[in-house]
Amino acid sequence: MRYPLYLVSFLLCLVLSTACAGRRAGNDVIVAGSTSIQPFADKWAEIFIKTRPDLGVSVQGGGSSAGIQACKSGACQIGMSSRELKAEEKDLHEIVVARDGLAIIVHPSNPVRAATLSEIKQIFAGDLANWKFLGGPDKAITVVTREEGSGTRGAFQELVMGKTRIFRGAITEDSNGTVREIVANDPHSVGFISLGLVNGQVRALSLDGVEGNEANIRNGRYRLVRPFLFLTRGEPTAAARAFIDFVLSDEGQSLVKNEGLIPVK
Amino acid sequence: MSLDPRTSQRVARTVLWGMTILTVAVLLFIIFFILRKGLPALSLEFLTKNPVDMGKEGGIFSTIIGTLVLTALAILIATPLGVGTAIYLTEYTWENAVTRVIRFGAECLAGIPSIIFGLFGFILFVTKLGFGWSILSGGLTLAFMILPTIIRTSEEAIKSVPAAYRQVSFSLGGTKWQTVTRVVLPAALPGIVTGIILSIGRSIGETAAVIFTAGSALRIPTSLFSSSRTMSVHFYILAREGISMPRAYGTAAVLVIAILIVNIATYTLMNKFIKKYS
Amino acid sequence: MNRLEKKDRLIRLALLMIAFSAVSILAVITIFMFEQGTPIMFKYGLKSFLAGSDWYPSEKIFGLWPMIVGSFYVTLGALAIGVPFGLACSVVLTEFSSARLRRIIKPVIELLAGIPSVVYGFMGMVILVPFIRKTFGGPGLSVLAASIILGIMILPTIISISIDAILAIPPSYRAGSIALGATPWQTVRMVILPAARSGIIASIILGMGRAIGETMAVIMVAGNAVGVPGSLLAPVRTLTSNIALEMGYAAGEHRQALFATGVILFIIIMILNTIANVTSSGRKRKTKA
Repeated sequence: MRYPLYLVSFLLCLVLSTACAGRRAGNDVIVAGSTSIQPFADKWAEIFIKTRPDLGVSVQGGGSSAGIQACKSGACQIGMSSRELKAEEKDLHEIVVARDGLAIIVHPSNPVRAATLSEIKQIFAGDLANWKFLGGPDKAITVVTREEGSGTRGAFQELVMGKTRIFRGAITEDSNGTVREIVANDPHSVGFISLGLVNGQVRALSLDGVEGNEANIRNGRYRLVRPFLFLTRGEPTAAARAFIDFVLSDEGQSLVKNEGLIPVK
Repeated sequence: MSLDPRTSQRVARTVLWGMTILTVAVLLFIIFFILRKGLPALSLEFLTKNPVDMGKEGGIFSTIIGTLVLTALAILIATPLGVGTAIYLTEYTWENAVTRVIRFGAECLAGIPSIIFGLFGFILFVTKLGFGWSILSGGLTLAFMILPTIIRTSEEAIKSVPAAYRQVSFSLGGTKWQTVTRVVLPAALPGIVTGIILSIGRSIGETAAVIFTAGSALRIPTSLFSSSRTMSVHFYILAREGISMPRAYGTAAVLVIAILIVNIATYTLMNKFIKKYS
Repeated sequence: MNRLEKKDRLIRLALLMIAFSAVSILAVITIFMFEQGTPIMFKYGLKSFLAGSDWYPSEKIFGLWPMIVGSFYVTLGALAIGVPFGLACSVVLTEFSSARLRRIIKPVIELLAGIPSVVYGFMGMVILVPFIRKTFGGPGLSVLAASIILGIMILPTIISISIDAILAIPPSYRAGSIALGATPWQTVRMVILPAARSGIIASIILGMGRAIGETMAVIMVAGNAVGVPGSLLAPVRTLTSNIALEMGYAAGEHRQALFATGVILFIIIMILNTIANVTSSGRKRKTKA
């Protein structure tokens, strides 16, 4: 019975020593937060670690507020936020890595293709409950929103809702992808996601007569725009700095453009 | 209205059999549906390549590693604690208030929902103790979740070792500890291993507690402090966000097959154990 | 005291400490949760916390009522499906079929207990939700969907434990009933089920505990709206989903509010567990006679 005990203790020591080794090296960059930024951060990370294999970059979701919290508590080196920081969060160091539009999406089969911002506001406030008021079929509108900590929701709240609350009966999901998936499957639904994540499964509405695309964001006509922020607590660590520099470099920014975001410059 | 006994018997029989067939059919349907849609996606490539592009392409290799490492760590932590507790409760003491408190504690632990473990693990391990999203946080949390199962099954296994075994050992001059380690534990091993295998099954399928403690990073973990994604978490994310349905089904198929293997292993071991002692 | 006895004493002490590990973990979790969660309940008043209908954490409004109702409805729905079908299965597999059939089907049902909850949720997402939406209207993500999925998930628990309870009944009960000329169904209705009552109730309570504690599957099919559901087809949020959806970013009072939610869940489940333990130990005492 003794030998298994020795074996187990030996394995434990081995495991612990690798654990400590990884920690002390400080070569890990943990990036956490906005689910809008997450897919792009993941792509950036994939390319980055090819050029810097000595560094490990791992990307988590959780939502903008989660990223801000994690950054403050030190659980991650870089926090991702897709909304502006609030007053009490301004002690974090922020770097704009891209800009992104907010798209209001519906099912591709929905005949409604345009709406005014005030109609959208009424829909999400629960005051406008049927598609027929927008020229669509006589069906109840299924409203899909994000959880409160979402940067996308924060941006939506600020840019569209103002002081009005999103109503209680709205279906709540915890990532852009899930909202897109629900709208893609429910012909009478409406939701909001990052413009860069709109694909063939959903259609973005034009708002107040303006289509959501890069040109209209650059010339300022499309007003639902928010920054993608990388946040660090104080100065970034060396490894984090390397990653951020990559993201802001020409290569990183060209990826931004290819994926449907607006580059910083 | 009251039917005569013969008619009510026939009606009851039909209704009950109908409900039973429906139930079993629904349960079996779940397994067959997942396997039918998921097996086509399974290939050596799927199992050995890492996820690419948030899982839209590539395979699930890093999640398999993540699952294995996390489960291994949880078992490594929970087994000594659980078996030790079981040994104490059966061999070293008699039924008294202390043992009742210990058992009550284990039973309560068993009933706590996994999300509460996730909350607790997130606040304590990830945040307060500073482990971050890591295998360590996830492993510790999972270990606490499977501890009651290991205690319960080990206790049952040790209790079923015949008293004669112990008596022979004592009559040959063995101490308590020698008896326990050289006679009782080896004899109870199949039962204990059953409990471990059951816990492996539970750890593989656990999502709520893992996603908040081990995180969801897609790279192969390099140390205990790396974050890692398990197959269940990966499946959850793939399915919810519609990233890749074929791969979601494939991951689900791997999970279902893993549980199948775990259950078959448990069953054969249990039967061997029962045959040995009855 | 000789060397061996001293060693044994030491080992006994070490094992005692290990044994307390389970209790101390439970104690740590419980104390932690209560310490984090109770202050906020009293700060905002227990009444407004439990009965408030608005949950807007960013405005510091914490009313759990919609989630409490949500958990209640969804669990009730799960039991409405799980109990009849579960009991039907148990009765059929013990009284109306052969032992061989039972030996095949029972392991299959226990296998299904091990399927991860996210797989059940997924099935709900791709099959049940679209079906409800097309047939009954509404978003499909609803109380109905959550109830059905949870009902299916607790079936293995109810079936497994009820079968054990029924099998534990002495054969003399059945023999006596048949000897008096009762049909099998009459025997089940008037002898077997009452005799197995405490075991069956324990199985139902355990199933209830599982339904209340389930998180992932519910998030996938329930819609998670923060209002009290107006109908079976309306979206709903449970106490568990509430914690899971907001845990990642909750800070300060919001986080404490989530712990408070945990406390309430904890208390509900402890009560259920104790009832289950008491009824099943009552059963053990009864059938020993």
